Amino acid sequence: MLGIMAALALAVALPFVVSGYRVFQFTMVLDYAIAVFGANILTGYNGQIALGNGAFYAIGAYTVAILMTHAGMPYWATIPIAAGTCFVAGFLFGLPALRLEGPYLALTTFALAVATPQLLKYHGIESWTGGVQGILFDKPDAPAGVPLNSDQFLYLFCLFVTVIMFVLGANLLRGRTGRAIIAIRDNPTAAAGMGIDTSLYKSLTFGVSALFTGVAGALGAIVTQFVSPDSFTLFLSISFIVGVVIGGVATVSGAFFGALFVEFVPNYADQISKAAPWAIYGALLIAFMYAMPTGVVGLLRLIVRRIDPQWAIRKDAGKQ
Amino acid sequence: MTGATGNSGAPLLAIGELSVRFGGIVALNGVSFEVPRGQICGLIGPNGAGKTTLFNCLSRLYQPDGGTITFDGKDLLGLPRHKMAALGIGRTFQNLALFRTMSVRDNIMVGGHSTIRGGFVANSLRLPLVAREEAKLSARVAELIAALDLDGVADQPVQGLTFAVQKRVELARALACEPKLLLLDEPAGGLNHEEVEKLRELIGALRDRYGLTVLLVEHHMNLVMRVSDKVVALDFGRKIADGTPAEVQNAPDVIKAYLGASA
Ligand SMILES: Nc1ncnc2c1ncn2[C@@H]1O[C@H](COP(=O)(O)OP(=O)(O)OP(=O)(O)O)[C@@H](O)[C@H]1O
Ligand SMILES: [Mg+2]
Repeated sequence: MLGIMAALALAVALPFVVSGYRVFQFTMVLDYAIAVFGANILTGYNGQIALGNGAFYAIGAYTVAILMTHAGMPYWATIPIAAGTCFVAGFLFGLPALRLEGPYLALTTFALAVATPQLLKYHGIESWTGGVQGILFDKPDAPAGVPLNSDQFLYLFCLFVTVIMFVLGANLLRGRTGRAIIAIRDNPTAAAGMGIDTSLYKSLTFGVSALFTGVAGALGAIVTQFVSPDSFTLFLSISFIVGVVIGGVATVSGAFFGALFVEFVPNYADQISKAAPWAIYGALLIAFMYAMPTGVVGLLRLIVRRIDPQWAIRKDAGKQ
Repeated sequence: MTGATGNSGAPLLAIGELSVRFGGIVALNGVSFEVPRGQICGLIGPNGAGKTTLFNCLSRLYQPDGGTITFDGKDLLGLPRHKMAALGIGRTFQNLALFRTMSVRDNIMVGGHSTIRGGFVANSLRLPLVAREEAKLSARVAELIAALDLDGVADQPVQGLTFAVQKRVELARALACEPKLLLLDEPAGGLNHEEVEKLRELIGALRDRYGLTVLLVEHHMNLVMRVSDKVVALDFGRKIADGTPAEVQNAPDVIKAYLGASA
């Protein structure tokens, strides 16, 4: 609890100590953290491998862009609509996906991610989506009287939404629903034997994952004021899974470490070598996995346990 | 069907002409028997006789090719598998089926899933109902942990515990749904002599304490014959005997089945 408070204080102070472009980058870290958490709920906690969450990110982003430009809605009001739309889309996609296990589900979601950019370019919906060009819209300003520049304001707005999403997600993952979600991953037959409606739970978890990803997509659109089909390629979907694994599978706080990797490592690789940034990216990814096979959070837990062996026991006792 | 639930004279479980085929194999062939309320019914038979298959029909994991299962006056075969726990059927698995990454306590909490309320919305928002229901289940789980002597390991992950302890966790998990009928599939498997003696006392004690009816699959003859009120014997998917332990033990078909199996 103390750790969370300290991290939150740091996060609130951040936009006042770093430069404008850095503020934008950290805004994207928050945004990716929500998406990585969404992917982790489905893949890490529930055991359904999801390679297609970029599609829900795109739906969230386009929902915002279309509602703001065509319906003149304020940016903040579009987020719940993006969330609801993505939940329904995810739940419906999750229903047929129930028949698929492991690599078959992975391939189906992969297909979704591959198809997304081209579906968004489809002529029939061009008047809504802007076709290949996408949609450009205005940057929201801080409300009148609030002494913040728009980058700082957008950062704090995203932080506010991030806190809400993580509280909701963490609540979902403990207690009755959380145990059921994990039990299904560990042993679906036994889970059904314990009275868990595994089909319903898996579809709902798919919907929740899509909802988180959609909220991230909505924030991403508001922060960049631009959506276009080629922003939502397969690489985006894979990035979320990279974030899950780097941060720590089936951990809540891991999403932030994963998001830092997703946001900064490609840039960093580019600075090291303009000629072969992706080779550097790949090498860094391998180095991370080699150094921390259980992710950043896994490594941190290991270190804490080395220093204080009683920590885990006290922590569990505190839960009771 | 008036007051079937309250009618203590009717058997809790009635199986009628149950048949299950897997391709060419007939795993169950027109099996019928009843389990009266409050009794411990042993189910014996050589390897491959169809005992686990029968359990899997009762958990609705297998869809029988024919026959009926009536539990507490209800037709079981009309219901989906995830309704069994709420209906009052708890089970353990022959080959352990625990949630391996979860703690002992959480495994047992999952066992009580059907006894408390609260779905995705209530849990995400942490509505007051959630804390109330969690507290209710936690208290009962703590009681089960004590009853099954799991206090020392309650907050450890189940993987890594000894086989005998994992079996007790499964038993506690099966009891967490507040079952009327408890299905035990080879609970003595892998236990030593002393542990089997303890298990025998435990099964009787749990039956009395929680008012259970028990269906017990076991190869350990000594245990079955001493703990059971009645015994049913299967061989190649057919029922070959049904009666008191003494009757079944001396039935010619049972003797033949076991001699044949060990020859
Ligand atoms: N899912 C399945 N698919 C195909 N055959 C099966 C399946 N389940 C059981 N069988 C077959 O049905 C028969 C009965 O098996 P079952 O597991 O019910 O026996 P059992 O009495 O529990 O034996 P054991 O004492 O060895 O546990 C066996 O021939 C088995 O191979
Ligand atoms: Mg068996």
